Amino acid sequence: MKYTEEHEWLRADGDIYVVGITEHATTQLGDLVFVELPEVGATVSKDDEIVVIESVKAASDIMAPVDGEITDVNSALADDPSLANSDPLGEGWFFKIKPSDPSQIDGLMDEAAYTALIS
Amino acid sequence: MTNLRQTPLHALHLSLGAKMVPFAGYEMPVQYSLGVMKEHLHTRAKAGLFDVSHMGQVIICGDSYEAAARGLEELIPVDILGLALNRQRYGFFTNAAGGIEDDLMLANRGDHVFAVVNAARKEADIAAMKAALEPQVTVTELTDRALLALQGPSAERVVSAMDRRARDMAFMDVATLDLNGVDAWVSRSGYTGEDGYEISVPADDAEAIARALLDHPDVEPIGLGARDSLRLEAGLCLYGHDIDETTSPVEAGLTWAIQKVRRVGGDRAGGFRGADRILDDIENGVSRKRVGLVPEGRAPMREGVPLFATEDDEEPIGAVTSGGFGPTVGGPVAMGYVSADHATQGTTIFGELRGKRMPVMVAKLPFVSANFKR
Repeated sequence: MKYTEEHEWLRADGDIYVVGITEHATTQLGDLVFVELPEVGATVSKDDEIVVIESVKAASDIMAPVDGEITDVNSALADDPSLANSDPLGEGWFFKIKPSDPSQIDGLMDEAAYTALIS
Repeated sequence: MTNLRQTPLHALHLSLGAKMVPFAGYEMPVQYSLGVMKEHLHTRAKAGLFDVSHMGQVIICGDSYEAAARGLEELIPVDILGLALNRQRYGFFTNAAGGIEDDLMLANRGDHVFAVVNAARKEADIAAMKAALEPQVTVTELTDRALLALQGPSAERVVSAMDRRARDMAFMDVATLDLNGVDAWVSRSGYTGEDGYEISVPADDAEAIARALLDHPDVEPIGLGARDSLRLEAGLCLYGHDIDETTSPVEAGLTWAIQKVRRVGGDRAGGFRGADRILDDIENGVSRKRVGLVPEGRAPMREGVPLFATEDDEEPIGAVTSGGFGPTVGGPVAMGYVSADHATQGTTIFGELRGKRMPVMVAKLPFVSANFKR
C-alpha cells in the first residue's frame, strides 16, 4: 500500500492502482453522504480535484494521486457513500487509475511514513 | 481553544468522548462517539440529551408579570401579556427596520418572564432589554444555571421516571419539577421537531442530572452537529442564517408567531420596533419568502448556494440559508429565500453547485412531521 498526504491509499492490482481514503480521513470527515466520482476513461493529472465528497459536516475534494487514466469507479459508493465509513480499505474504494508515469508511485509514502504522519 | 468559555457539563463531555469545537464563544461538543448521523437517528427513534447551557437564560422581573410583559412587548411583537401562567411561547426581538435581532422562548413563570436567547446574541439582547426596560423592570442573566434538552419519543418516559408530573405537561407547558432532588425549571419544548423537554438546573447539579438522564438505556448524548440536522429537518430557523437583522418575520414565514392582538386591528397592535414594515408586510405581502428546498439527487446544497429560476438566468432569485444532508429524510434538504413568485410548493428552481446548475424543488416545511404532545 502507498499513501498520500491527502489521506488517500493506493493498492496495486497489476499495473492499475485502486484508490480510496484512509480510516483516519473518514474518521475526521464523519459520515459521508455524497460522493461524485470522475468519468471512466478520463485522463487526469496529479493534484487535479477529481472527486467531490461531502460528509454531514462539509464538502471536500479528493485529488488525483498521480498522472494517469481512470479505468473504473466504484458506483456502489456513489449509491451508498457510507461504505467509505464502514469499509474504507475495502468496499469503500473510490476509483482505479492507470499511472502514465509509474515512477510517481515511488514518490508516495509507505505505511510507516503515513502512520508517522497521522500520529 | 483559548478564551473559550466552558459549560458546567464540560468535564462530562470530555469523559463521554466528545469532539469539542468553538461555537458562539463556547467550547461545545459537536459530536460524540456515535457520530452525527447515528446521533440524529437515535434522537428521532429514542431520546437524545443536548447541552445547551451556552444559551442565555434571563429573568425579566417587574412589580408583576404584567409589568414585565408590557415592557417586553415593546421589543417583541408577540402576545406576552396574554401568555397564560406556566405557558411558553416563541418570539423574536425586532429592529427599527423590521428585521429580526434574535429569536427566543418566553415563559410566564408567575411573577416574572423567563426567557431563553441564543448564545451569540445574549449580550446584545440583554443590553437592549436593560436599555428599554430598566429601572421599572429588571433584566437578570442567570449565569449559575445549566440548560439541558432531552428530545425524542422516549423523553416523556425518561423524565417521568424522575418526576411523574412531566407526563402531564403539554407542548409548551412549563413547570418546576423535582429531578434528582433538585428544583428544575422544565418546559415541554425543543429544537428538533420531536417531543421533549428543556431543563434549566443549577450549574452545580447539572452533571449529576445529566448522568441520571444518560443512565436510561434509551438516552444518548447528542452534539451540535445532529442538533443542526434535526432542526433543519424540522424546518426551524437558525438565527444568523435563516433569519437575521435584515429579514422580516413575515418573509421568514414566522407570521404565525405574531398573535392577532399585536396586528392591525388588535387591542395592542404595533408598539414594537419595525411595526410599520412588519404590519405592512402582513397586510400587503412580501417580495421574498423562506421556503423548504429539496435538491434532486444526493448532493447537499449548503448555506450560500445561489438559486436561479432557470438553468441559464444570470440573476439569482435567492440563496440557500441552511442546508445539508437530512438523515431521517435520507437525502439532501435545505432552506432558503426565493422571490415570492418562485415560492410556491412544487416549483422547480436551480441551485448552482461547483459551477453546475442542479434542479431543486420548493417543498413544504417541515421535512419531517413534528411529534409534539399537543
